[in-house]
Amino acid sequence: MTTLTINPTTTDLDIDRPRGGALAALMRHSVALARRSLIKTIRTPEALIDVTLQPVIFLLMFTYIFGGAIAGGDRHGYLQYLLPGLLAQSLAMGGIALGQNLNADIEKGVFDRFRSLPVARIAPLAGAVAADVVRYLTVCVVMLGFGTIMGFRVETGFLPAVAAVALAIGFGLSFCWISVWVGMIVRSSGAVQGVMFLLIFPLSFGSNVFVQANTMPGWLQAFVHVNPITPLVGTIRGLLVGGPVASPLWQTLAWMAGLLVVFVPLALRAYSRRA
Amino acid sequence: MSELVVRAEGLRKRFGKTQALDGVDLAMRRGTVLGVLGPNGAGKTTAVRVLATLLKPDEGYAEVAGIDVLKHPQRVRRRIGLTGQYASVDEDLTGTQNLVLIGQLLDMHSADAKKRAAELLEWFDLSEAAGRPAKTYSGGMRRRLDLAASLVGRPEVIFLDEPTTGLDPAKREDMWGVVRTQVAEGSSVLLTTQYLEEADALADEIVVINKGRVIAFDTPDGLKRRVGGLTLRVRPADPARVPDALRVLDMVAAPGTSASTDNTAGARGGAVSVPVAADTALDEALPALRRAGVEVTELGLHLPSLDEVFHALTSEDAPAPKEAELV
Repeated sequence: MTTLTINPTTTDLDIDRPRGGALAALMRHSVALARRSLIKTIRTPEALIDVTLQPVIFLLMFTYIFGGAIAGGDRHGYLQYLLPGLLAQSLAMGGIALGQNLNADIEKGVFDRFRSLPVARIAPLAGAVAADVVRYLTVCVVMLGFGTIMGFRVETGFLPAVAAVALAIGFGLSFCWISVWVGMIVRSSGAVQGVMFLLIFPLSFGSNVFVQANTMPGWLQAFVHVNPITPLVGTIRGLLVGGPVASPLWQTLAWMAGLLVVFVPLALRAYSRRA
Repeated sequence: MSELVVRAEGLRKRFGKTQALDGVDLAMRRGTVLGVLGPNGAGKTTAVRVLATLLKPDEGYAEVAGIDVLKHPQRVRRRIGLTGQYASVDEDLTGTQNLVLIGQLLDMHSADAKKRAAELLEWFDLSEAAGRPAKTYSGGMRRRLDLAASLVGRPEVIFLDEPTTGLDPAKREDMWGVVRTQVAEGSSVLLTTQYLEEADALADEIVVINKGRVIAFDTPDGLKRRVGGLTLRVRPADPARVPDALRVLDMVAAPGTSASTDNTAGARGGAVSVPVAADTALDEALPALRRAGVEVTELGLHLPSLDEVFHALTSEDAPAPKEAELV
């Protein structure tokens, strides 16, 4: 225990300088705000349906309803193909709730208080995004766990599987900034979902998530090749069931960087403008 | 002359077609309460949001605690506390978690933040509910937690935007007590309200805003004096003596007026009041009542209520006084 904590004699100079410097303060504030989001998540477990029950239903539906028809009766083979793809789709969808929650927070005036405090503009957003790691990890655990029960097998090894999960979470954290931005610009949290579905459905179905691109017409194949979901799914597939990893991995990382470079500033700007 | 802790000049802000602020000047002396009065949509909240760094004005200058709000918002934020019009506590967090979070964001050490939270919860009579999520709180409890949240950092300047809207009268008085304590401890409070009674009870000075403009700036008594003269009010001990009291008071009435039974809103029956020209009327009335043998339980001089002032100032047909000069 130091005398400093007991007797904080604040001169004007002390009070204007964040404790430990600006970067340390940003980290501390983001962690405090991430903790807030986690408490909210724990208090409302029903808000986790989109990262637990929903991916399981998709997995069951596509394996048992469409799987036979798509893969000519080889359901197990299709499950091995489908699961890495559905993992990517579920992560993209998992970020929707974040934009909705932020939108609701702003509407309720909770963010007015944060904005009247000496914290960096990005801290409330960064904190909320950081707390989303828990949701993305949940998606991965639920899908791999339930997939295993259905007969899915990792064919590569433990470390590649861990790498796949890490990449998936990293992608989720980059992709969700789109949702954050949308959450800042639309008027209601319901609208966030509408806009994000409009974006995610073409991305996830117009990709290699469910079927191989070479079964599609040429113009659609062109879209599949420029779709960020495609290299992500390629990499996760390679890391879980084998196949080329290097080239799709670089493309995925480039997409992640691109998403951050574009949507973090957009989200921040929209956040600052929203009165 | 005492130091100004809030100063704004020529604030303008437009939202689409609405000119929310149309050249607002404000001045608040350190250690006082400034009441900002005005009807709904007058621009009170917009003015507070500008001063609390939440909103950039289109034009104008504002400083809080001697710091330029537009140039150094972060420095201002270390010195202010804000309680908005709607209770903005986090419903999923407990009372303690809400306050500790604010403390952490104010760069307090974790232990200090916890100590301060406990202290405030105790003071606001929320200790028992400290560990419950705020969504289980009643409206009044939320409001108290919201106010506590704005006091975590012991701010120099506290902004309260309609802090008692929707509270019952007893809770309102509790809130007034909190404001008085803060001022006694050295804070300055800028408070917006629609309740004249509240401004009258708390404010050292009052700014009346209507349609984005300041239409009056004065002490509560100064405002009252501006609109009407003094009234002498008497309550006979025996209600049957009201006619006698009327006769006596007629003798001290200001020229062209006469005494009448007092029927201002909310007043108990049985009182008599009369407009008087000067406070010397009191010296004449008391002996006259004695001579007539009328015993009284109440006798006093009154300025018009702020309600009357407010309506006179904001009603459209009244010529808008322009002399809203500042210190």
